[in-house]
Amino acid sequence: MKAVILGGTTGIGRAIARRLAERGDSVFLLAREVDDLTRSAEDLTARHPKREPVGHALCDLERPEGFAAALDAADAALGGFDAVIVTAGLFATQDALEADIEFTRRLVTVNYANTVVFCEHARKRLLTRGGGRLAVFSSVAGDRGRKPVAIYGSSKAGLSVYLEALDHKFHAQGLSVLCVKPGFVKTGMTAGLKPPPFAGDPEQVARDVVRAMDRRRPMLYTPGMWALVMLVIRWLPRFVMRKINF
Amino acid sequence: MNPRTTPTLSGWGRLPAPGVEKLSEDLERLTRGAALTRGLGRSYGDSSLPAKADDLVACSRMADRILGFDPETGVLRAEAGFSLVELNRLFMPRGWFSPVTPGTKFVTLGGMVASDVHGKNHHVEGCFGAHVRSLRMRLADDSIVDCGPEQEPELFDATVGGMGLTGHILEVEFSLARIPSRWIHMESERMPSIDEFLAGLGRAAPAFPMTMGWIDCLHRGRSMGRGILMAGRWAEASEAGELAPRAAHPLTMPVDLPNLAINDLTVAAFNALYYWKHLRRRATTLVAPDPFFYPLDAILEWNRVYGPRGFTQYQCVIPRQAGAPAVREFMDLLTKLGGASPLCVIKDCGPEGRGMLSFPLEGTSIAVDMAVSPQIQSIVDRLNEFVIAAGGRIYLTKDRFTRPEHYRAMEPRLERFLAAREKYDPHRKLRSGQSVRLLGDVA
Ligand SMILES: Cc1cc2nc3c(=O)[nH]c(=O)nc-3n(C[C@H](O)[C@H](O)[C@H](O)COP(=O)(O)OP(=O)(O)OC[C@H]3O[C@@H](n4cnc5c(N)ncnc54)[C@H](O)[C@@H]3O)c2cc1C
Ligand SMILES: NC(=O)c1ccc[n+]([C@@H]2O[C@H](COP(=O)([O-])OP(=O)(O)OC[C@H]3O[C@@H](n4cnc5c(N)ncnc54)[C@H](OP(=O)(O)O)[C@@H]3O)[C@@H](O)[C@H]2O)c1
Repeated sequence: MKAVILGGTTGIGRAIARRLAERGDSVFLLAREVDDLTRSAEDLTARHPKREPVGHALCDLERPEGFAAALDAADAALGGFDAVIVTAGLFATQDALEADIEFTRRLVTVNYANTVVFCEHARKRLLTRGGGRLAVFSSVAGDRGRKPVAIYGSSKAGLSVYLEALDHKFHAQGLSVLCVKPGFVKTGMTAGLKPPPFAGDPEQVARDVVRAMDRRRPMLYTPGMWALVMLVIRWLPRFVMRKINF
Repeated sequence: MNPRTTPTLSGWGRLPAPGVEKLSEDLERLTRGAALTRGLGRSYGDSSLPAKADDLVACSRMADRILGFDPETGVLRAEAGFSLVELNRLFMPRGWFSPVTPGTKFVTLGGMVASDVHGKNHHVEGCFGAHVRSLRMRLADDSIVDCGPEQEPELFDATVGGMGLTGHILEVEFSLARIPSRWIHMESERMPSIDEFLAGLGRAAPAFPMTMGWIDCLHRGRSMGRGILMAGRWAEASEAGELAPRAAHPLTMPVDLPNLAINDLTVAAFNALYYWKHLRRRATTLVAPDPFFYPLDAILEWNRVYGPRGFTQYQCVIPRQAGAPAVREFMDLLTKLGGASPLCVIKDCGPEGRGMLSFPLEGTSIAVDMAVSPQIQSIVDRLNEFVIAAGGRIYLTKDRFTRPEHYRAMEPRLERFLAAREKYDPHRKLRSGQSVRLLGDVA
């Protein structure tokens, strides 16, 4: 793979970038801070004995005007990428979002509107070269309207629907779109929260994601147990959902 | 507050203290205003625990990036949360290994510096700190400075073995050691008594870069101190062949065992098995690094065998001048006091390093696990009194029960360390449960 990773400097993105770099795939990092990018690129470079320095460029999901230039830089460095991975996204608890309307606006813009715009840039480029892979992080929070993730979940629900439709529409043209739905994963994003049962590690999720990309799967619940959990939750009747706080 | 819902942190000995740790990839930001940084919590006692429940404790675990590696010289620079597991996984296949490794690979670089860890090769290579070229630190006044053996040497010497009390280590630069193969040539020998054990360690030291032994500390009388001496060196490529060791898949201790699981009987059985497994008196084998360096890592969370009451480790070093009789007397006292464990490790240490509070000194180090019982304080007191009289000292990273007056009596270097602390942290912003207990910091 020749993969561009938006969000590959932290959390699950970092684990995916490492997994790809260690097995010899080419990677190019996109994130919003130079120092962070340089350090992560150095880390990836050191992880494979015979690796050219890993490239990187600035890309901020709050600045869609920079998306094309960032992907140009990746294209130039990789000699045409064939995979794009998006792990970048924002999270806050429902309480925090309800208390901060401006952050709510930013979160839904970043997670939904601007992620879709970024994916549009990416998938157009991939399609002109006969397809490729696009893996984007949604969440189990987008599977059902739920009290603790009303706002965050809705941004991911929109993203999930978009990704599903991309798969329907472009699968025949060689574009494999993977919608990743992680359950609770122990990363910086969830560091202040109490991990529920079946909480996953970034490395475990990264392994699942890379395998799903290799196999060109359209959807992935990870850790796997969450497929079952969400199956139950999707079928709970409304009167139950109104009562419980999950 | 409800004690069941109050969040706690604990070290490897599983004695909890109220507090929470903050995690982030950005250690530089995380340590601003923090009272303590901890790594993977493999220190046994209270050195990685907060002095007060609301102290900000930074955890370095997510700050784990490699920042540079020079394949010509083997110099590696990484963030403080980079672990030895990752180091081994990535660099052993390329012919490099940590210059010094403790008996577990689940430790961070920051923890290895702060405890100035030693390994089986201490008599040849010294402690980890001897291989460190540079540290980047956040100090108590929130400034960020670089230090090393030549740059800001006072800060460096106080930090190496300083148990996190001089500043937060953000980055570590050190030299890896070249290894000729991925296998260890090991010779093991059954030792019938403590005197023969000490003589055996002495004989092995000049011949082997790595030595240590397991002692059965239940046996008294003539066979007191019997056990197995292990000496090793990296096998040459020609001896080792092409095969790579199989990746280890550790098991996890699924539950806490009841408090009574480790009683004298089970320990005695375990030790007898370990001793007689070596049927031949002497054996030479080729072993993989994992079982050689990290036999206990084969079972993750093995500390749960001690049950909910927790445990501690007593580790001390008896100076060479005190001679073999002092070691024999110590073993005698240890076996008399009880509190035995299957884990008693003996090791020959080389000369003291430059870390102001670094543990090893030329002599014999003995480490033994003990379940926490109502007698634990008096056992530790008795052992400490012996160690003070013998001119030895204890290892802070294992300690939870030493009294401040005992620590002061065994640590003539303390004044120098306190002077450095006064200079770099006059207001004692940096503190831990251990510094409150031993150094009188205000909680
Ligand atoms: C099974 C087992 C075997 C062991 N064998 C050995 C051995 O053979 N030799 C030996 O020397 N030790 C040994 N140890 C002890 C272990 O190596 C040390 O306790 C080590 O410091 C643990 O590293 P950690 O990352 O878990 O640090 P923690 O336990 O989290 O912290 C230990 C100390 O380091 C400080 N610290 C950690 N990170 C930082 C940082 N970034 N900046 C400033 N201070 C920091 C903490 O404040 C604390 O005082 C063993 C431990 C176990 C569990
Ligand atoms: N962890 C979980 O339990 C969980 C569960 C379900 C779904 N997810 C999803 O999984 C993905 C990865 O999350 P993670 O757990 O790995 O958390 P993470 O480490 O916090 O990763 C989020 C990344 O998004 C980046 N980001 C935020 N805003 C950005 C912007 N405007 N422009 C560019 N990058 C931006 C962050 O960069 P900075 O470092 O610069 O802030 C960070 O690298 C996210 O999409 C998340 O919603 C996570």
